[in-house]
Amino acid sequence: MSIRNNRAWLFVLPALLVMALNAFIPFITVINYSLQDILPGLPAIDVGLENFQTVLKDDLFRNAFVRQLGFSFLILLIEVPLGVAIALALPKKSWRATVSLIVLGLPLLIPWNVVGIIWRVFTRSDLGIVPLFFNALGYDYNVALNPVDAYWTVVIMDVWHWTPLIVLLCYAGLNAIPDAFYQAAEIDGASSWRTFLYVTLPRLRSVLTIGILLRFMDSFRIYTEVFLLTGGGPGTTTTFLSDVLVRKAVGGFEFGYAAALSLIYFFVILVISYAFFLVLTNVSSGSRTR
Amino acid sequence: MTTIELVDVAHMYSSGQYAVKNINLKWEPGVSSALLGPSGCGKTTLLKIISGLLRPTHGRVLLNGEEVNHKTPKERNIAQVFQFPVVYETLNVYDNLAFPLRNRHVPETVVRRRIPEIAELLGLTDKLKHNSAGLSASDKQLISLGRGVVRDDLAAILLDEPLTVIDPHQKWHLRRRLKLLHHRFKITMIYVTHDQHEALTFADQVTVMNNGSALQTGSPQDLHSKPQAPFVGYFIGSPGMNLFDAALTGNQISAGRYSLNLPQDTAKAIAGQSLKIGIRPEFVEIHAAEQPHSIPSTVKEIYLTGSSKILDLYGADLHFKARIPDTTTLHVGDTVWASFARQWLMIYADDEAVNLPLEETVR
Repeated sequence: MSIRNNRAWLFVLPALLVMALNAFIPFITVINYSLQDILPGLPAIDVGLENFQTVLKDDLFRNAFVRQLGFSFLILLIEVPLGVAIALALPKKSWRATVSLIVLGLPLLIPWNVVGIIWRVFTRSDLGIVPLFFNALGYDYNVALNPVDAYWTVVIMDVWHWTPLIVLLCYAGLNAIPDAFYQAAEIDGASSWRTFLYVTLPRLRSVLTIGILLRFMDSFRIYTEVFLLTGGGPGTTTTFLSDVLVRKAVGGFEFGYAAALSLIYFFVILVISYAFFLVLTNVSSGSRTR
Repeated sequence: MTTIELVDVAHMYSSGQYAVKNINLKWEPGVSSALLGPSGCGKTTLLKIISGLLRPTHGRVLLNGEEVNHKTPKERNIAQVFQFPVVYETLNVYDNLAFPLRNRHVPETVVRRRIPEIAELLGLTDKLKHNSAGLSASDKQLISLGRGVVRDDLAAILLDEPLTVIDPHQKWHLRRRLKLLHHRFKITMIYVTHDQHEALTFADQVTVMNNGSALQTGSPQDLHSKPQAPFVGYFIGSPGMNLFDAALTGNQISAGRYSLNLPQDTAKAIAGQSLKIGIRPEFVEIHAAEQPHSIPSTVKEIYLTGSSKILDLYGADLHFKARIPDTTTLHVGDTVWASFARQWLMIYADDEAVNLPLEETVR
């Protein structure tokens, strides 16, 4: 189709403006920063790719990156099977289902900073129920001093907060599976495990793809809850990438470094998410979801 | 070879409505049979009761005389093909066909022998390695069918409107495969459909259902010539049977100005019931001149159907249709003489057929 005059641009202009303010301008600004050495009040100096080199050589970044990958994969390994299991266990289409979904969905409604504060209170050694519980079992739990306690508390907090998302997605996915598929499996004499493997799981693939992508991207950017619960400590046990970024940009005024880190960060999320997407949509090659 | 029998079967869903009631049916081994009826008449419910997906609230399901109400579909060894083709999308065609065998832990040596055999019959040999998700609806339905017949000790195969989502030009192909399988394995097939053409061309034995009841079971010829209920009369045939509300005066039953004399004991037996006279359009004879007991009728409308004509007629205060060969020249408004072929006239008392010798008169 050919455009005979330029008036068509008027129609896309509002969208372009929004896109510019929302995406292009901030993105280009960050790219600009990443190539400069900036100190507030002084003229910026072009430094080429020096900031990127600094970031990639920085142990703080490297360790946080590895820790971040480990964390994201760990919570996916826990939340996805757990979410699917809970969704399968939920009652189908009755008031019980509605009640269960509302109760399960509550953590999703809580603002992230409140989640952090709730867990901070839970785990305080003077009044929290978590230390009380472990102390009663004879284990000396301390989120502020013990790295193992701190790390697993962050993991469990994330599981508590976000497994309901997987549950909701899977529940919707399960309800979309026509009864005939289960009836056919029953007629074919499939065990419940084989029914799950060959009917349920393949039919959940698209919702699980969305769930895994969302959970990966979000967990990879985790900041607020951890900051409020452990502040990244003890030591650097729970210091994730966004924590490093904030420390550099806000605490250290290293805008060039922070901008370069953001871009690397962004790129990593993009690449890994795309890899997930490719893997999940090609579980059986050539198949399409209806 | 399995005889399937339903005794006094009824099923009520949680809504409190009976989906099927008073069902007494029997299928001999190897029969090719159809359950025919409009949507919501309970035929799918009946199918699920036979396969074991549903347990009836009343009555007994018998396989070879043994009650199987409590048995699962797997134990009953009955296969079912659904309206929407079901394939296991992550498995290829071969593994789909092998699925029921592997669920039953059949040795792989048997699987390797059996699958190519079945694939050959279904015409799927060159697609065995294909991914099942990308196939046409017709091929998917063949796979569903294949997953049934692949079990050699199968008691019966139940088909729930299997051609609904199949393209018209593929329907013929699929039905041919179905007949081929029936011929090859002599397997009992029960075919559910709302399409009389499908039922009458597929099955040797057809059961017509309406409102949860089985109205009549018989050969396609029986259903056409001697419909035992008015519903069977107008549901089967195109157009359906002419049905006239009738009244009884003494020994005479009449509709409009058309009357029939009944034997005295019959008239007594049906007195006080709701009466109907029925005649199929095929059995309405049209004459150019007056004949004994013929009705002078006006041609109201003429429909051309290719090989024959359907006439909309009005005579003896009755509206009725006649199907005649497309050789006679007739025009709307013409007067013709119509007579009802005596041996094909049906009388229904409270929706049940009364079979008897009749004498007719036209006043």
